[in-house]
Amino acid sequence: MKVRYTLSRSLVIERSWPFFLDLTVAMGLLAGFYAVLQIARYWLSGAVPEVVISQSPRMLPLYAFYSVVRIGVAYLLSLLFAVGYGYIAAYNRRVEALMIATLDILQSIPVLSFLPGVMLAMMSLIPSRQLGIEFGAILLIFTGQVWNMAFSFYSSLKSIPRELREACTINHFSRWQRLWQLELPYATIGLVWNSMVSVAGGWFFLMVCEMFPVGDRNFRLPGLGSYLQTAASTGNSPAMIYGLITMVAIIVMTDQLIWRPVIDWSDKFKFENVEAADRMKSPVLAALRQSNFLGIIHQRTIAPLSEHLYQSIARRHRDREEAPPKSNKTGATLVTVVIAVFAAGLICFAAFKAILLLRQVPRSDFGELLLGAVVTFFRVNISLLLAAAWTIPVGVAIGFNPKLSRIAQPLAQIAASFPATALFPVILLALMKLGAGLGIGSIVLMMLGTQWYILFNVIAGAMAIPSDLREVARLFHFTSIQRWTTVILPGVFPFLITGLVTASGGAWNASIIAEYFHLKDQTLHTLGLGAQISAASDSGNFPVLLLATIIMALMVVTINRLVWRPLYKLAETKYRLEG
Amino acid sequence: MTEAIIRAQQVEKFYAQPSENRIQVIAPTDLSILPGEIVALLGPSGSGKSTLLRMLSGLSKPSGGQVYWHEKPIESTQIHVSIVFQSFALFPWLTVLENVEAPLKAQGVEPEARKTRSLKILDTVGLDGFEAAYPKELSGGMRQRVGFARALVVEPEVLFMDEPFSALDVLTAENLRSELLELWQKKTIPTRAIFIVTHNIEEAVLLADRIIVLGRNPGHVRTDFKVGLPQPRDKKSAAFTKLVDYIYTVLTRPDVTPAVPRLHTDGRHIRDQRQMRYEMLPHARPGGIAGLLEFIIDLNGRTDVYRLADELAFELDDLLPIVDAAQLLGFLTVEEGDVSITPAGREYAESEILKQKELFRAAATEHVLLLRQITRALDNKTDHTVPEEFFLDMLDEQFSEEETQRQLETAINWGRYAELFDFDAARRRFILPEREETAATIQESVEE
Repeated sequence: MKVRYTLSRSLVIERSWPFFLDLTVAMGLLAGFYAVLQIARYWLSGAVPEVVISQSPRMLPLYAFYSVVRIGVAYLLSLLFAVGYGYIAAYNRRVEALMIATLDILQSIPVLSFLPGVMLAMMSLIPSRQLGIEFGAILLIFTGQVWNMAFSFYSSLKSIPRELREACTINHFSRWQRLWQLELPYATIGLVWNSMVSVAGGWFFLMVCEMFPVGDRNFRLPGLGSYLQTAASTGNSPAMIYGLITMVAIIVMTDQLIWRPVIDWSDKFKFENVEAADRMKSPVLAALRQSNFLGIIHQRTIAPLSEHLYQSIARRHRDREEAPPKSNKTGATLVTVVIAVFAAGLICFAAFKAILLLRQVPRSDFGELLLGAVVTFFRVNISLLLAAAWTIPVGVAIGFNPKLSRIAQPLAQIAASFPATALFPVILLALMKLGAGLGIGSIVLMMLGTQWYILFNVIAGAMAIPSDLREVARLFHFTSIQRWTTVILPGVFPFLITGLVTASGGAWNASIIAEYFHLKDQTLHTLGLGAQISAASDSGNFPVLLLATIIMALMVVTINRLVWRPLYKLAETKYRLEG
Repeated sequence: MTEAIIRAQQVEKFYAQPSENRIQVIAPTDLSILPGEIVALLGPSGSGKSTLLRMLSGLSKPSGGQVYWHEKPIESTQIHVSIVFQSFALFPWLTVLENVEAPLKAQGVEPEARKTRSLKILDTVGLDGFEAAYPKELSGGMRQRVGFARALVVEPEVLFMDEPFSALDVLTAENLRSELLELWQKKTIPTRAIFIVTHNIEEAVLLADRIIVLGRNPGHVRTDFKVGLPQPRDKKSAAFTKLVDYIYTVLTRPDVTPAVPRLHTDGRHIRDQRQMRYEMLPHARPGGIAGLLEFIIDLNGRTDVYRLADELAFELDDLLPIVDAAQLLGFLTVEEGDVSITPAGREYAESEILKQKELFRAAATEHVLLLRQITRALDNKTDHTVPEEFFLDMLDEQFSEEETQRQLETAINWGRYAELFDFDAARRRFILPEREETAATIQESVEE
């Protein structure tokens, strides 16, 4: 009877071509099913660590598919982990500070340093299946994208207004209901924007870790990244162009088919009490919303399931109220203490072992690493300066011109999600033809990866400057220097800082790839901490790898504490535009 | 005597400080909610009204004492209460219907019954036809109707309301108030008692069968009395005005019986704020004080507080801090609900701006210890700068974290106006302005 009602209702309301849309959705589901089968067959096949990468464009769709699956799985894992981690950190006073400090440090550790270790570990864990190597790559992308999402979820939980929480408590919401009706919706917008950044970061690393040497072994996974690298090292320009076109197509499709619909959908989770004037519209979302098919699937599966769950939770809650069970608290705390002591012991042991490993590093290497750190420090900052030098004027120009920004902003967004690593081989080839070495080349490569964050933020900042401030400047005939120093720069400052922080982190990470590159059977490298990390991982020199990684993490953490955090605070207080 | 639905016995709330002291928010208090009555809780800001409401409704655990629900400890029984919040606290991502259904979902009510009950209550509060709308599409008044519907759909025995009308405009509030009263009087809703926190005195006298007035530092019951007026009440009637006037008198009169400081069993010393070094600065702006004084001069220098509030269309929380501040500075005296201006106050109000600043400076340095300390500290330092933390540390011995911030904010505001010092907001520190450059000192030297 119930289903009948919904069925008849959906049929009564007229919709344009519901059948066509339903067919599309059904086809999509079928395709998805086939894709799962395909990937399962490949993953469970015997391990082939050194796949031969074909350069035929016909293989591209399959390679692209494999790469997309890697990104997708890593992203889903990140999302689950982020929600779990954020939740525990927000609700457990005792571990909160520790967990957030951990997050802060893990964010600053260069992911690529783990590449050899993780790969070798995964291969020995699942030696006979392709799954092992695949999982290694996925785990790496995961570690590159999970932290900012976890932090976003955590800080959303912390900022939920008190009265909303109380409304849940007074009505005896279960944790489950609170999660779905309060916490997840409240955190959605933050999670969506961080997901976009994370996935872009995922592509950046995937391009590299699909193909890399460890010691004398050469790992290769079938994918877009390995295709591009193979094409570059054999100098096959048509293949390179095909690869890049595929990459652009994937980015544009992700933008259109996933991010835009998701942003449009997430608009309903905005916590402001007024309807925003201009919001992103997505035809894809509109189509999905109109589809009868999805509605019915929801009605038949998810709705009854969740109903069942809510009722069993409520029943359990009532039972507990009637007969409060005697809690076995002392036993539970004892177990916790034992586990905590055991974990602490394990951590101490591992840390001790790591320090022992460090002692194998000769003193001369240590000096060399410090020198490398200084060089990379300058390189990172020069790349930031250069990037800021062109993005600030261009970004402001775009932001002040609504017509231009309507075209340029989506383009900048796509450019920002395009993995610079995919372009590295192409750019390097071009630079070498011009006779420039990797010293300059690496700066260009770093810029390539990070300038978009700055541009993107400056555009947003310029658009946020109230027009009456600009009118004041015009009214009093400010000189252009005065205009920049009193209106524009202070106005975009908070946004600029956000962009620079992201870019700085990205540039440090990129240095590992940018300063050391395999191209056409030769290894290009220049002096720098990033090159030292890459070289150590290539030759399997784990003590140096560990030390270099620690130095880089320390540098990033120190710069964050000493430079970015104070600037951030300044941006939050002095340069805030409202109130 | 009827049995109380909720009875609080010696409940108190305090926050432990890192040092030996603790901040007492609410002193040990007895209070009960009886069936069939609307209780209004009034008090100036900072008297812990909302805290008391949260303890009575079981949302927050008292630091001491016990709350009983039908004579059983509240934490071990199933209680039937709900709350209407000041900010409405609706979930913006759920439709009106889903918002109202949410508490029933938590109780495990079947979908069909859930929908029927929710639609019925939406109809009762006048939201028929709005069930598919999202809260952001509704006006403030409509949103609070959803808030009422969500609170009433679980058929609470006691309905708590935390300043439910204060986020609404006057007309909307009036309208909702009378509808609530109608529901209550016609027994359309099964609610047996209503407990409403408000800072609007008229609202309390209009609605309540019983009014409790809280005092602050720490929060304690000043008076608790029954309102004998029959419903519907006429705002213009003499009895009504008299009652409102009486409450103003209670609120503006300093406490006659200060709480005695005593030693607790755990050895922690409770400090009574009146005996402390810092008086609590009322959060008023100097401009507001001058404006109030001028207004009183226009009323021949003497008036009663109720009339003042009425003519200015001010609510209690807006007016009291200004009156307190003027009183603290010696510009006003308050007696039995009547305010009268002092000669100093008259001189201040009638001077021109530079002279005003000077008079304010003199009064502030004389009466406000914190300002005196800041100036002295600045004078004594060779570089004439003192970081904010220095005073924060001294203040938070006495005030909660939030109050410490507000105290300092007010002090900065007053000090800047009086040109006693300046504050560098970027570096969070006090600085001494170049004396000879300020307008007031030029004025002074001219006079000499």
